[in-house]
Parts: sequence; C-alpha cells; structure tokens
Amino acid sequence: MNPLRAIGRPALRLTRGIGAVTLFAARGLGGLTPFPARAILAQLLQIGWLSLPVVGLTALFTGAALALQIHSGGERFQASDVVPAIVAIGMVRELGPVLGGLMVAARVASAIAAEIGTMRVTEQIDALVTLSTDPVRWLVTPRLWAAILSLPVLVAVGDIIGIMGGWLVGTTSLGFNSATYIANSWAYLEGWDVLSGLIKGAVFGLIVALSGCWFGMRSGRGAAGVGRATTSAVVAAAVGILAANFALTGLFFR
Amino acid sequence: MIEVRRLRKSFGQAAVLDGVGLRVGQGESLCVIGQSGTGKSVLLKCILGLIQPDEGVILSQGQPLDQAHFMQRFGMLFQGAALFDSLSVWQNVAFRLRQRMSDRAARAIALEKLARVGLGPETADLMPAQLSGGMAKRAGLARAIADDPAVIFFDEPTTGLDPIRARSIDSLIRGIVTETGATAVTITHDMASVRAIGDRVALLQGGRIVHDGPVAAMDQAPALAKFLG
Ligand SMILES: Nc1ncnc2c1ncn2[C@@H]1O[C@H](COP(=O)(O)OP(=O)(O)OP(=O)(O)O)[C@@H](O)[C@H]1O
Ligand SMILES: [Mg+2]
Repeated sequence: MNPLRAIGRPALRLTRGIGAVTLFAARGLGGLTPFPARAILAQLLQIGWLSLPVVGLTALFTGAALALQIHSGGERFQASDVVPAIVAIGMVRELGPVLGGLMVAARVASAIAAEIGTMRVTEQIDALVTLSTDPVRWLVTPRLWAAILSLPVLVAVGDIIGIMGGWLVGTTSLGFNSATYIANSWAYLEGWDVLSGLIKGAVFGLIVALSGCWFGMRSGRGAAGVGRATTSAVVAAAVGILAANFALTGLFFR
Repeated sequence: MIEVRRLRKSFGQAAVLDGVGLRVGQGESLCVIGQSGTGKSVLLKCILGLIQPDEGVILSQGQPLDQAHFMQRFGMLFQGAALFDSLSVWQNVAFRLRQRMSDRAARAIALEKLARVGLGPETADLMPAQLSGGMAKRAGLARAIADDPAVIFFDEPTTGLDPIRARSIDSLIRGIVTETGATAVTITHDMASVRAIGDRVALLQGGRIVHDGPVAAMDQAPALAKFLG
C-alpha cells in the first residue's frame, strides 16, 4: 500500500466534507429573503426559551462548585478572597459559554436532527421540493439564526445565575459579606471578558444548529437512520464546541 | 410529453433501474405496475429529480426536463403521503396555494379539494398525526391536486384504503384526467385501479419495462398474466 495514498484519501475526504458543510452553512445562513420572521420566532422559542431552565440550573451548580473549589484551593496560598473575581471571570469567559453550549447541544442538536431526519425518511423533504420550496431555506435557515441569536442570551443568563451560585455559597458557607462579594465580582470583570463569552455563545449556537440540520438532512433510512443521525449530531456538536472554544480562547486571550 | 430513456440507478451493488425507457403523452393516463421493491418509486423520484439517476435522460417535449420549472406545474402523491407534521391538514393541502394567495382563499380551495377526496371540513384543522393511514393518503392526494397541476404522479393512491374508497379515488383520478386534460402517471398494485384509470399500462420488472401496452388489450398480454391472477 502506498503510504501517500493512505494519508491522501482521508485527507481528501476530510477536505471535501469541510467544504460541503461550509457550503451548507452558507446556504442556510443566506436564505433570509423573504425574511422568515415567524419561523425564526418559533425556533427562538424552541431553542432559546425552552433551554433556559437547563442552562440556568447548569450555571447555578457550576458557579456554586467553582466557588467551593477556588476557596479551598486559594486557602493554600492565603488568597481565598479572590473567590468572587475568579468565579465571575471563569463563568463569563469559559464555563458559561462552554457548559451552556454543551447543554444546548444535548437538548437542541438532537431535537433538530430527529425532527429533520424524520422528515427526510418520511419523504417530507422530498415533498417540500416538489412543492417548489427549498428545504434548506424552509428548515435550516430559521434554526441556524435562532440558535445564533439565542445562545448569547442564554450565556448571559447563565453567567448571571452562575455568579449568583457562587455568591450563594460564598455568603452562606464561606463567610463572605454579601456586599463585598458582589462588589468584588464586578471590580475585576472587564467588558471584553463578557463580550468574548457572548461571541463564543453565538459561534456555539451555529455549531449546534448546523450539526443538527446537517445530520438530519443526511439521515439514513428508517428509524435506525434517524437514531444514528441524532447521535452523530450531538457528538459532532459537543466536540465542535470544545474545539471551537479552544480556538476562540487562543484567538481572544493570547 | 414526458419521456425517459435508458434510465439507470444503482444503490451500492444492486441495480434497481437497469435501462428503463418510458413515454407518456399529453393528457394520457399511464399506470406502472410491478412487484414490491422493483424500483417503481425510485423511477418516479428520478423523473422528479429527487434522486439523481446514474445514467439516462428525462425529456419533456423533447427537451431535457428542467425539474425546478417543471415542479410548478405538477403534483405528486408520495407513497407514504408525506404530509408535513408541523402543519394542519388544510395548511398541507394549501401549501403551494398560500405562496401566492391569502390564507382565506387558499383555505377555501383546500376545503373543496378535501371534499373531493372524501374528507369533510372537520378534518381540515387536524394535525397529520391525528389521521388514520387512509385519511393521510387522501389528504396527500388532495395536496397533489390542489393547484390543478398539468402533470400528476400518484404513488399507490389506493393502497391502504377500503375497496369502496379505493374505487372512488380511482374515479376521482380518472375524472381529473378527463376534465382537466392532465397527464397522469400512477403506480399501483391494484389491477382494478389500472382498469379504471389507465389508458396504458407498463410493467416494471428486473429494472426494465418488460411490457407496455393499452389497458384495453391487457387481458391478452402474457407478461401481465400473473398480475391478473
Ligand atoms: N434512497 C435509497 N437508498 C438505498 N436504496 C434504496 C433507496 N430507495 C430505494 N432503494 C431500494 O431500491 C429498491 C426499489 O425501491 P422502490 O421503493 O422503488 O420499490 P417499489 O417498486 O416502489 O416497491 P413498493 O411497491 O413496495 O413501493 C428497493 O430495494 C429499495 O431498498
Ligand atoms: Mg413504492
């Protein structure tokens, strides 16, 4: 076996795959005329509003655990009063967007892939085409934009709830004064800390909806095909979020 | 009016269509029969451009068929009805109409088409998940004929219906063809349907059309003997 060929094949396939996904994303993002206001609104409800509880709970527990960890770690070098600042920065820059994104990936990427995959296997996508309707514009565009718009909001809510989680633990069991805790949370926080996290959120939103739509559209036949599409969508979204988070963190904070 | 030449399509190793040639004239009603799994649905989807054939040409009035343009003027009933889950029955039927008229006007036409397939106004606001299989099929039929298409494809319109309903769907299809001069291609397993709606009958077997002749002469065709029982 020619070693070059062994590398070349998968590399070619990967390049082709990336190209196809990029093209798909561009088509999906570009389908905004006429503006699908109602469809986007419906998806904002599905993707954004209905994700609030799960994102909020995740942030609450994460902020609380973070406060405990930083307190006990900080004690080793007499620096436990950095808890509020580090919780705030850690939540806003990193954990808010990443954990929020992952939770939405679990909830939304799977739901989108299952819905579109079912439409694929029951020939509803074919039916759209025969009714002179572009399935990408009809199904993909509203989901992509709704996810891009709602994730930053979810991240912002998660940030606030996460910081509150830290405050709750800080004031009830770590001996912090409430006013001092809040003041210290704000004191060291910079605008870019928050903004970078929101930008991450928007990118993660795109990743979640894109993988749901991509795998749904390419779903194999039958219930098993839809099941595989759903699994692939969640895995791809989660890995994509973590990889993109690394890349964006490198870009923003080096 | 529509002509298919040397159409080939394989999925993996298995050749499903292996050189299909077929022609339907303007205003003609063609029935395609064949055993389950011989590729009848695949044939329709190739003509509609939903499946890319490996080989072959599809012509409309002698020109290569421009599917996007063609779609404007035809209707399709899918084998599984393929109603949109997220839309109510009337919204499904009026799907194309709503692209160019008010909801009010589109709904009125949808109700009329639903009545033609034997579905009363009480079904209009149901969701597809609330319909029985036969009702979904008829709603799909109403959607296929909603915009008075010039060419209609029916994939097993009577499968899953009781015999009485099946005969009334047959006469509906025949009626549409004779009234509006529409061209119809119907896939069916039901020889009574073939007799009722077909001008011509074609048999798909082993990836090819092995018989193609007038319905009137179908009882004398040896190739069709086993279908006629
Ligand atoms: N998208 C696809 N991918 C892979 N194989 C397919 C696909 N569509 C159809 N086939 C295969 O092609 C063959 C023909 O399928 P088709 O649905 O056209 O049969 P049919 O003649 O319509 O049968 P029936 O009367 O049961 O509807 C089957 O073996 C089916 O498994
Ligand atoms: Mg079929």
